[in-house]
Amino acid sequence: MSVLKFTREQFENFVSAMVKSGQSVMAPQAKNGRFAFGPLQSAADLRLDYDVTILPPKKYVLPQTQTLLEFEVGGAFRSVDSSQPMILLGVHPYDVAAISQMDELFSQDQYDKHYMDRRCKMTIVALDVVTPSENVFASSMGTATVRKGYDLLLTVLKDGSVLAEAATEKGQQLLKLAGSSTPASEADLNARKAIWESNEKNLDKHVLKCKPSYLPKLLDHSYEHAVWEEMARLCYSCGSCNQVCPTCYCFDVQDFVNWDLKTGRRQRCWDGCLLENFATVAGNHNFRKDRAARYRHRLYRKGKYVPGKIGGQIACVGCGRCITACTAKIANPVEVYNRLMEDTELG
Amino acid sequence: MCECCNNHKNDIYLPQLATITKRRMLNGTELYLHLEMDSGKDLEYSPGQFVEVSVAGIGEGPISISSSPTQKGLELVIRNVGSLTRVIHKLEVGGKLGIRGPYGSTYPVEQAKGKDLVFICGGIGLVPQRSFIRYALDHRNDYGKIIVLIGTKCYTMRLFREEIALWQQRKDMTVMETIDEAHDCWDGNVGVVTTLIPKIESDLPSSLVMICGPPVMYKFVLMALAEAEVPEDRIYVNLERRMKCGVGKCGHCQINEKYVCQEGPVFRYSDLALVPEAI
Repeated sequence: MSVLKFTREQFENFVSAMVKSGQSVMAPQAKNGRFAFGPLQSAADLRLDYDVTILPPKKYVLPQTQTLLEFEVGGAFRSVDSSQPMILLGVHPYDVAAISQMDELFSQDQYDKHYMDRRCKMTIVALDVVTPSENVFASSMGTATVRKGYDLLLTVLKDGSVLAEAATEKGQQLLKLAGSSTPASEADLNARKAIWESNEKNLDKHVLKCKPSYLPKLLDHSYEHAVWEEMARLCYSCGSCNQVCPTCYCFDVQDFVNWDLKTGRRQRCWDGCLLENFATVAGNHNFRKDRAARYRHRLYRKGKYVPGKIGGQIACVGCGRCITACTAKIANPVEVYNRLMEDTELG
Repeated sequence: MCECCNNHKNDIYLPQLATITKRRMLNGTELYLHLEMDSGKDLEYSPGQFVEVSVAGIGEGPISISSSPTQKGLELVIRNVGSLTRVIHKLEVGGKLGIRGPYGSTYPVEQAKGKDLVFICGGIGLVPQRSFIRYALDHRNDYGKIIVLIGTKCYTMRLFREEIALWQQRKDMTVMETIDEAHDCWDGNVGVVTTLIPKIESDLPSSLVMICGPPVMYKFVLMALAEAEVPEDRIYVNLERRMKCGVGKCGHCQINEKYVCQEGPVFRYSDLALVPEAI
């Protein structure tokens, strides 16, 4: 599809038109020295130069709390659809890759309409990374750039102008909101290509010493490695690594009774496999009581278990959020996988 | 990805209501319930599967099906052990529960045809095993010997006493019971369930062995079966985990890469060789 070029001013007009379109627009904005996705009120608040957001945009496809059902206490249930049209604006390629994985996980096998209804009404506007974050390693994970999973792709050129290319019908529709623009020139497309090539190399604050596709095999031989125990000794079981992860999708389900004490709602909320009681059943038997086993479980899910469900894609996209969030500094997947690489001889 | 939400109206998390038609305590903590679906249509399930049971306002949890699909209605046995089950224990006949499912894998009812069946049950582990035992009794000519070993912690905890007494009178099955600790009113075997294994009068290596009990039991039973040279592909274990969603999404029931709610709860033991978290 054709690539359009917006001057900075033209682009702001485009964003203003999105804000006024009636759909909610969620976009990265400054927040106390860091960045966070939130409802965009004005085009001026959009930060195309953000490095990484505190939480991934998964909070819009799988909200921290989401009502699934409403009920009468002790009685019948009713399915709730809270999905609304939404524009998710400025999603970095690694987060696009993560959402694509989640799309597959929630639609495969048992179709989760609560996830998919939201997802189907969402327009994803991807944005090539302008400023690498302090812990990004998307270059190692093959997620520094993306070619699918979004409706529109934005690339900011050095002079501040923005290239936009629609990948889907939804993306085309969104572009109709844009005012004036010009077709991108050959030079603009070359500049975009240079940015892609640069990002594919330079989002590399940590470097995985093997191809990501090698991880399942590596983990086949690493279950009893000493690293799990060594790292987990420092683990607080706080679950921060799970909460900030764009590919973690485990959830708990709880009932809440309304103030009338007659009606209520069943909600799901984020959960985390590092939390102590994640695998505890009624009667207090904990099937993953050992901290090291929980620590290992997360890195096996990323490198082996989830890939087994989604055609081999590794469920770590290299955003580096867990590295930043971990108080004990033990969450870096690259550090662990590299250590296993060094110590494991594969036949 | 699907662009057409309207083709997928079904909500996998929406329970259907069922009404309690019979209830009685089997012992101090275990409640037997007989349920009928308000839709008037029986659930279609196979022995070994479970349902998600809800009380609106309290929550939802996975419960094994204890009845056989050869009978009418749905039978569950629920231990009073947490916030949800405490409320279920207070429900009377006519009370409503939400039911989702059935979910999970089943006992090998087809592959087991013509073979001797050995059921090793510890405590509440009898509950899901009963589904296959009753199914096999209702298709008695399809199976060889039916041997049921039942171990219970103490005399007062024994489940389905009248039914077991009836089973013991039958000529076409063998039932052996033991309790862990001696009791004034008990003249039978005393000791853990593994002590009954040497008493089995069947060619154990050619039988199919089904195991269900508390987590600690599996290791010892499996050791005893290894000694008796039962091949691992003839052993089936029924595992408990936290099957919160029942549909392979929420992550709580995983044992390594296996989702117990989908690939289990009934596993062929030989399929668990590379699943260290299982036993």
